[in-house]
Amino acid sequence: MATVRKALPRRLVGLATLRAVSTSSVGTLPKRVKIVEVGPRDGLQNEKNIVPTPVKIKLIDMLSEAGLPVVEATSFVSPKWVPQMADHAEVLKGIQKFPGINYPVLTPNFKGFQAAVAAGAKEVAIFGAASELFTKKNINCSIDESLQRFDEILKAARAASISVRGYVSCVLGCPYEGKISPAKVAEVTKKLYSMGCYEISLGDTIGVGTPGAMKDMLSAVLHEVPVTALAVHCHDTYGQALANNLTALQMGVSVVDSSVAGLGGCPYAQGASGNLATEDLVYMLTGLGIQTGVNLQKLLEAGAFICQALNRRTNSKVAQATCKL
Amino acid sequence: MGNVPCAVKQCLSYQQLLREHLWIGDSVAGALEPAQESAQLSGFPEYVKIVEVGPRDGLQNEKVIVPTDIKIEFINQLSQTGLSVIEVTSFVSSRWIPQVAAGATEVSVFGAASESFSKKNINCSIEESMKKFEEVVKSARHMNIPARGYVSCALGCPYEGNITIQKVTEVSKRLYGMGCYEISLGDTIGVGTPGSMKKMLESVMKEIPPRALAVHCHDTYGQALANILTALQMGINVVDSAVSGLGGCPYAKGASGNVATEDLIYMLNGLGVNTGVNLYKVMEAGDFICKAVNKTTNSKVAQASFSA
Repeated sequence: MATVRKALPRRLVGLATLRAVSTSSVGTLPKRVKIVEVGPRDGLQNEKNIVPTPVKIKLIDMLSEAGLPVVEATSFVSPKWVPQMADHAEVLKGIQKFPGINYPVLTPNFKGFQAAVAAGAKEVAIFGAASELFTKKNINCSIDESLQRFDEILKAARAASISVRGYVSCVLGCPYEGKISPAKVAEVTKKLYSMGCYEISLGDTIGVGTPGAMKDMLSAVLHEVPVTALAVHCHDTYGQALANNLTALQMGVSVVDSSVAGLGGCPYAQGASGNLATEDLVYMLTGLGIQTGVNLQKLLEAGAFICQALNRRTNSKVAQATCKL
Repeated sequence: MGNVPCAVKQCLSYQQLLREHLWIGDSVAGALEPAQESAQLSGFPEYVKIVEVGPRDGLQNEKVIVPTDIKIEFINQLSQTGLSVIEVTSFVSSRWIPQVAAGATEVSVFGAASESFSKKNINCSIEESMKKFEEVVKSARHMNIPARGYVSCALGCPYEGNITIQKVTEVSKRLYGMGCYEISLGDTIGVGTPGSMKKMLESVMKEIPPRALAVHCHDTYGQALANILTALQMGINVVDSAVSGLGGCPYAKGASGNVATEDLIYMLNGLGVNTGVNLYKVMEAGDFICKAVNKTTNSKVAQASFSA
């Protein structure tokens, strides 16, 4: 390769070359994918620097303007555990609620649920895991006990017409148990679905999965839960996230979680990356001709904003390739 | 991911965990070890040949001039990993590429599917370049030296933008016809996505058998592994990569370039695809060269596996 020459403006090259390819040419891919943006919660939660409330609010507003249909705003968890999320009520009250956009919040227990409702939450999220050991280490009880605790939330949510999204952690591997059986994932997912979760996000918490494992796990889960109720939440710790997401799409999944700028490292592997960058996901989906409703340019701006506020480099390759350094 | 109390960080050493737990040998869940059985999933090749381009494509794009003895040690380490092809040289004017030294047991010729790229890169049209390559390949074959053909800009060009699949097919066919044993289709600026990869391969595979094709995906927009996965699903079983993801992109300052060999092997191991390559040894070679050129690795597997 020669040295750098005058080329098309860098910012435009990648975007201009994004030819939408008709989906019929790539098999049974969904025509539309709903992206669930978890940067403000899952992303920031794993960042060392505490982000001021106004910055969080601005980030969420910028993400709304970028057209993301779902932005996970915060977590109603005790500040003792997660200091980053201590301002949960102010954030939820302070953000602009765009019509047509959902702003789910995490509620790890009933107390958190009540606080979330008081702050105006219309959608909440609860966390299960496919690993007994992970559940024990995380919240000091068994999987069954954890689901029983959530029952209270689900009943109250149903009564108040609040939607509940379920998460299953460790679907492709656990930092404590190692291998996780697809049957166990299917069992936990089925329970959350029958308890009333409208959607279950299957999380490769430590990013160890590869396309084969994704396929096996989804095959097992699809026996129990309809594909329309499933989402995937792939971490990019081993660089496998996009390939795993592509596999999930090929199997009919049409909801994908990601985090702007790939915010959030991995608490189990020091120095490693965590979430998949939303920009890189949008790039792939757009290239596949799949609708997302997301404006990549505005998304890049939101990513640049939060990275500057956090004083860190983006984890998004698209952002790295298009920004002028 | 749920709320994570601080206590969790004092769990078993992650490294120890990955090495010792049962699932590591399982080709489905854990992919740090190679596939134990041929429990390879349907729709993928049984074996993939990895063409390691780190010492050439990778180092060529690094700012730091790497001393010869470091290069040699790097290549020696790579030779111990099981990699069957390690690209160590290229014939270019030393005026342009100070990194590279002469000498090869295999010849590579670099075509492009873009006229502008061809002109800017080697100062001649595609047609003129093909004529030159014909001579090179002919002489090489005469001396029983195999020739590998590269097609740059197979999924997009930094000057022209979109590249037609007809052009990629035409150039590939020409290189194959003149005697190149393998054609490596390069997404030079990494702009491709699985859709464009599939369309391009469908067209090229009408003229060239899949066994004579390879993909050379750059990870500039994070799409490399997804694109490679697509190529594998279509029957391609030769993939180029660079250890540690060495080599940035000369067309997008600060952007990444090659896909990291470690991350590729990780995916292939997980898919139950044989490569013959020892991932740990590749990671060690990657660690060595990164320290030597004073840069952090671009491989996510390496980042996750070596403590910060």
